[in-house]
Amino acid sequence: MRNSIFKELLHRPLGLFVSVILLLLYTCALFAPFLAPYKTSDQNLDKSFHPPTGITWKDGRFHVKIYENIDPTAARYEVIKGKTIPIKLFAKGYDYNLLGFIPMQRHLFQLDTSESHPQIYILGSDVTGRDVFSRLLYGSQISLSIGLIGITITMLLGFLVGGLSGYFGGKFDFFAMRFVEFLMAIPGLYLLLALRSALAQHFESAQMYMMIVIILAFIGWAGTARIIRGMSLSIRNRQFVYAAESMGQSTIVILFKHILPNLTSYLLVAATLSIPGYILGEAALSFLGLGIQEPSASWGLMLKQTQEDMKVFMLNFWWLLTPGLAIFITVIAFNVLGDTLRDIVDPKMKV
Amino acid sequence: MGKFILKRFLSIIPLLLGITFLVFILMYAAPGDFLSEARASKDISKERIEEMEREFGLDKSWHIQYALWLKNVLTLNLGESWAYKVPVEDLIGQRIVATLVLSITSLFFAWLIAIPLGVLTAIHKDSIFDRLTSILAYAALSIPEFFLALLAVFFAASTGLFPIGGRTSIGHDFLAPLAQFFDYVYHLILPTIVLGIGGIAGMMRIMRANFLDYLRAEFVTTARAKGVPEGWVMFKHVLRNAINPLISAFGFAFSGLLSGALLVENVMNYPGLGQLIYSSFLKQDQYVVMAAVVIGCVMLMLGNLLADLLLGWTDPRIRLEK
Repeated sequence: MRNSIFKELLHRPLGLFVSVILLLLYTCALFAPFLAPYKTSDQNLDKSFHPPTGITWKDGRFHVKIYENIDPTAARYEVIKGKTIPIKLFAKGYDYNLLGFIPMQRHLFQLDTSESHPQIYILGSDVTGRDVFSRLLYGSQISLSIGLIGITITMLLGFLVGGLSGYFGGKFDFFAMRFVEFLMAIPGLYLLLALRSALAQHFESAQMYMMIVIILAFIGWAGTARIIRGMSLSIRNRQFVYAAESMGQSTIVILFKHILPNLTSYLLVAATLSIPGYILGEAALSFLGLGIQEPSASWGLMLKQTQEDMKVFMLNFWWLLTPGLAIFITVIAFNVLGDTLRDIVDPKMKV
Repeated sequence: MGKFILKRFLSIIPLLLGITFLVFILMYAAPGDFLSEARASKDISKERIEEMEREFGLDKSWHIQYALWLKNVLTLNLGESWAYKVPVEDLIGQRIVATLVLSITSLFFAWLIAIPLGVLTAIHKDSIFDRLTSILAYAALSIPEFFLALLAVFFAASTGLFPIGGRTSIGHDFLAPLAQFFDYVYHLILPTIVLGIGGIAGMMRIMRANFLDYLRAEFVTTARAKGVPEGWVMFKHVLRNAINPLISAFGFAFSGLLSGALLVENVMNYPGLGQLIYSSFLKQDQYVVMAAVVIGCVMLMLGNLLADLLLGWTDPRIRLEK
């Protein structure tokens, strides 16, 4: 049945389109070190707010135009005519581990020059002259994966609590549901702030990442648990559950072998539609300065930097808003995917 | 009806106790406290620190601190802000008004646009207008509020049409009463739009789906067969029914608005509850945070109650006392 859902999805033009976009986004995140010409922390203080560099075709290869800072107070740059640097494809750059374990030096493109400072800015540079394009790629690793990991924890927790509640009923159900209502009664972001403040202010990136996932999952599972409880309550009284019980199967086996398969399509749709919540949650936390910290990059953190720069310099550099566009595209893709999946699974289900 | 309202109010109490307890524990568990900075600096003597600890009750254990806070709240004393040295009530009072005004205007803004749009897209189902609106709705649903706020500030800064933040102009106090009012309105426009846009999309989609459902209902066919004018059918039979979920979603929308307001207020520098909570969290100004979270939750629950009452009023089929 699962296979037919995906087949159906790829037969719909909109479904195919967003699937391709998401696949592309995740591939970029996976191969970020290979695609990114520079590290997230490579600064060049002479080149702050550098505009996206123009690229030309010369002598059979791509060349990048060189810019000159004509007014450092307003960060205005102009092209130096006739001066270009060739781009080398699959060239050696800084060391990294592809997929975390394959040591590599090759990057998709590097400049053919001995200067080590960032010079090619596909999407411009930020206040300290870091390459926005590279940071966007590295940021996608955090922003995109947090949704997947968060949703896995949430769905598991929501299914266990909701499923057991519906299955057992009685006291367990009563207390679990009161707790769920309690969590749902607090405005999400307030709870997020409260939970975040209880933990230390500064973490290493990896710990911080895990912490954000746990906080978001803790907030998110309540809604899922409530709906799953209702569904498992109705499945609980079906013949095959009684049959399994009379055969002496254990609760956990019944839950996973008999109740879970009846909920998979709902869980699939719910998971897809909740992923944006995690992406937005991480972005909001980082945006408020409580999530991922410099020099790591995440989309929310980059927007925080943008906001600060805008306040201080009152300048309009559109390329600093690209992380917002990236969030927007990802979220809209997941929303469309979720809606399409729901249409396929249950055409009668409403908004 | 009175019994219903009383019951609802009573059910708020354990919830509030739980919430304040949770927030208290979390803030207590947070590393450091309000005096961490004072302790780290060399200018402040040890005696002064101890004196301050006693003054703020930091030397007592956590359950006594919580009990003291509860006792004070019951006597309508929300405590004193550590950072600002003023009673919490004074600090929060103004902020509540600001946040409430912002939430309510954006809710009405959202309704004002979402309901007609939902109805029109349902009536002209599958037209180009419908397709275009649903694409726009998707876009509005997917855009993060703080990014939208950022874009709005960007827009305000580059065109100069709107103030880039705040709730009043610098010279507000010297304006005539009417001019003061318009100054508020002028500062409210952008935050209202930013906060309302997400809501519009969601409500419009609900409205459209419901309207389509009721268009196919048998009583609508009957009404048409009786010869009731088409406009009357739409307004009296379809719209009256289709609008119910929007009313019951009032509380839910309100919750979203409170969370959204926290981000939007911070980006747009609007002095509301959300901004206060955020800055107090960073300063670990415990009493302010507790009071603000409690008030946020009370507002949310009152919103839910109001939604139930409204629903009972608009839909005679719903009986509240049961």
